[in-house]
Order: sequence, then structure tokens, then C-alpha cells
Amino acid sequence: MNAMWATLRRDLLVVMRRKSEVLTALFFFVIVCSLFPLGIGPEPGLLRKIAPGVLWVCALLATMLGLQRMFAADHADGTLEQMAISPTALVWLVVGKIGAHWLVSGLPLVLMAPVLGLQFDLDAEALGVLMLALLLGTPVLSLIGAIGAALTLGVRGGGVLLSLLVLPLYIPVLIFGAGAVESHIAGLGAGGHLSLLAALLVLAVFFAPWAATAALRIALE
Amino acid sequence: MTKQQKKWFKFASPQAFYPLAGKLIPIFWVLTAMFGAVGLWLSFFVAPTDATQGEGYRIIFVHVPTSWMSMFIYLVMAGWAAVGLSFNARLSSMMAQSLAPTGALMAFLSLWTGAFWGKPMWGTWWVWDARLTSELILFFLYLGFMSLQASIDDPRRADKAGAILALVGVVNVPIIYFSVTWWNTLHQGASVSLTKSPSMAMTMLWGMLLMAMCLWMYSIAVGLTRVRAIILEREAHTEWVKQLQEVKA
Repeated sequence: MNAMWATLRRDLLVVMRRKSEVLTALFFFVIVCSLFPLGIGPEPGLLRKIAPGVLWVCALLATMLGLQRMFAADHADGTLEQMAISPTALVWLVVGKIGAHWLVSGLPLVLMAPVLGLQFDLDAEALGVLMLALLLGTPVLSLIGAIGAALTLGVRGGGVLLSLLVLPLYIPVLIFGAGAVESHIAGLGAGGHLSLLAALLVLAVFFAPWAATAALRIALE
Repeated sequence: MTKQQKKWFKFASPQAFYPLAGKLIPIFWVLTAMFGAVGLWLSFFVAPTDATQGEGYRIIFVHVPTSWMSMFIYLVMAGWAAVGLSFNARLSSMMAQSLAPTGALMAFLSLWTGAFWGKPMWGTWWVWDARLTSELILFFLYLGFMSLQASIDDPRRADKAGAILALVGVVNVPIIYFSVTWWNTLHQGASVSLTKSPSMAMTMLWGMLLMAMCLWMYSIAVGLTRVRAIILEREAHTEWVKQLQEVKA
């Protein structure tokens, strides 16, 4: 447990020393979201309709940007091998790294989303649902992404391959996340979708760290 | 371990399995041809014309079996991958690798024939319905599995990494199957149900089942052929491969 917090703190510290990488992913999210109205046209009704999907797809892509970094630098300088042979179970360290990735790339998206939602003419309640859905959904993205990042560690063309492996697995999150906001706007209530998102989160928290750890061990063999 | 069990475990070694697969392949091709002939005859000449959908519905005799097979092969592939990962059995991982392209082919055919069916029935090639979408995701999963294995040079590492990906993806297969109940959209409900009485004529059901058997046998035959090629490729350095008739020739 202690090792988990230590890894989390260390990863956050590493990121704070070089802020530009985090900010790049965040600006990517903002810019891509802002491009859609320019491409589609400024009609508020249409924008309100596409807002949940656009924001979620952009969040998915922005999360993808940081995934490769999760293990790559530590793998390159040998830190990861030291972690693997340390007395603490590797899975706690992986949980710490996933947590750090979410705090760095998931949480800023959650906080930024309402501002972008305003651009798309969403009302206050819909913004609340959007934030809640992102809050439940982005940790799942980090957890599943960790498996992909571990599998493609040190592999030729890892970056492109990573998106090929991970994006199909993200689809349920996208469907329920965007569906929550859409059904709220349609007046159906977002409860069902949010519950399913929470179920996905529980499932991912339980299984993903183990799968990612197993994948890391294979990569380190 | 009894003597009987030992006899079967012998075939876990590529050297023992290679000739066995060679003997089995013709049998499965014959079964493919038999089931295919009867199934096609039933579905084209015996099955009655559908009252609402006309003759066009006959594509389900290909569409439904390919969808079944695409999901089933993924499960079998993940099963072999899991055995390969947990017992460190080389041949099991080779089986998983050899099934992936056939599974991808089935998923692709299912999407393709689905589009051909959708055009006359719904008036559109593609709808974003849950079942179509999840079949598409399944196709992507196959592609991901194959490209991950292809991009790792060390075959043993490729096997293990692919196995983890297949097991993660297997969570998706039940979602595909139950998606019809979860999201109720344009796609009609499951056409074969175990709990309710079948909503179609018995001959149609038989046609579909026979075609499914045909594709099943085809998948086994092709899978075994491919696994033989993989064995030859990976074991090329061994003495027994060099002694083989077909390698010498």
C-alpha cells in the first residue's frame, strides 16, 4: 500500500517537473473540441446534439496521448525492472502508476469539460451529468489503457498499435458516457447509463491492474 | 496420471501433433463438403420463400452461421490462448494464432452479408445498431490480436502478449451477445432462441444449423492447416522437421 502511494507521488513529481507534456494533452482536447463547431457550423441545436459524443471522443483521444508514457520512460532507463524485482507486489506499483496517469490526464479533462460544454450550448444540468460521466469513465480509460501500454512496451510501432488495441475496448465507455448526457438531454434521466459506467469502473478496477501487471512481466522477460 | 491420459497429452508436442493434424485435415474437408452440400440444398431449394422478405432472406443461411462462428472462434481462440498462457504450452498458443485469421474472415463475412441483407430489408447498407456495431468491434479485436502478434519478434513473447489481449477482449463477446437485449433498436431480436418456440420454419432452422456445421468443419480444417505451417516455421531448426518428407523434397 505504502509503495503504491510512493509510486503515485513519484510519478506526479516527475510530471510536475516537466509540465509541458500534460498541458499538451489538455490543449489537444480543447483544440480538437473547438474544431468541430468550425467544421460543422455554428447552429446551436445541432451543436447541442453532437456535444456529448464530440466531447467524449476527444477525451478518448486525449487520454491516448499520454498512455505510452505510462511505462515507456521507466522501461527505457531500467527503473521498471527494479520495480519488478522489488519486494512489494508489482501490482500495487502498477495501481500507483495508473492512478498518477488518471490524475494527470483524466482529471484535467473532467474539470475542463464544462467550459467546452458551454461552447456547445449545454445547460447547467447537462454539464453536471457530463462531468459525472467523465468522472466515472476516465478512470476506466486509464485502467484499460494501462493494459495496452504494457502490452506494446518496447514493440515496433508501439504508438499506432496501442491505439488499435485500446480504442475498440474503449467503445463501451464511449457509448454509456455519451449516452448518459444524451438521455439526460432527451429527458429520460441518466441514471441507467451512469450505473453501467460505474459497473464498468468496478470491473476495470478489479481486473485491469492484474492484466497490466501480467503484460508488464511478459515485456520484462 | 493414467496411461490413457498420457497417450492424449502426447499430442501437446508439436512433433506428435504435426502428423496427426495432417491425417485429420482431409476428414474435416469431407465433413465440410457434406454439411455444405446438404445445407445449401436445404436453404436454396427446400426452405420456403419468406412471406414478408421474399427470396432475399436466404442470405441469413450464410449471415447467421458466420456471425455465430466469428463469436465462437473468438472464444475458442481465447481458450487456447489461456491454456497456452497458464500451462506454458507452445502448441496451444500456436492454435490460438492459427485461428485468428479465420475468425477475422468470419467476422468480415458476417458484416458483408449483413450489409447485403440490410439493403433490401431496411433500405440501407449499414445501421448503427448494437449488434452490427459489436460485430465490427469483434472484427477490430481480431485485427488487434493479429497485429500485436505480428509486431513482436520473439514468438513466445508474442504468444503471451496476444493471450492477455484475447482474454481482455473475451469480456467483449458476452456484451455482443446480450447487446440485443440491452439496447433495443432497429435490428430484429435474436432469430434463434432456446427458451421460446422458434419463430421460423423448422427447415430454415435446419438449413442454418447445417451451414453452421459446414463453416465449423471448414474452420477446423483451415485452422489445422495453418497450425501445421506455423509448426514448420517455428520448429524449422529441429531435426525432426528436417527429416520430414515434404521438407526434404
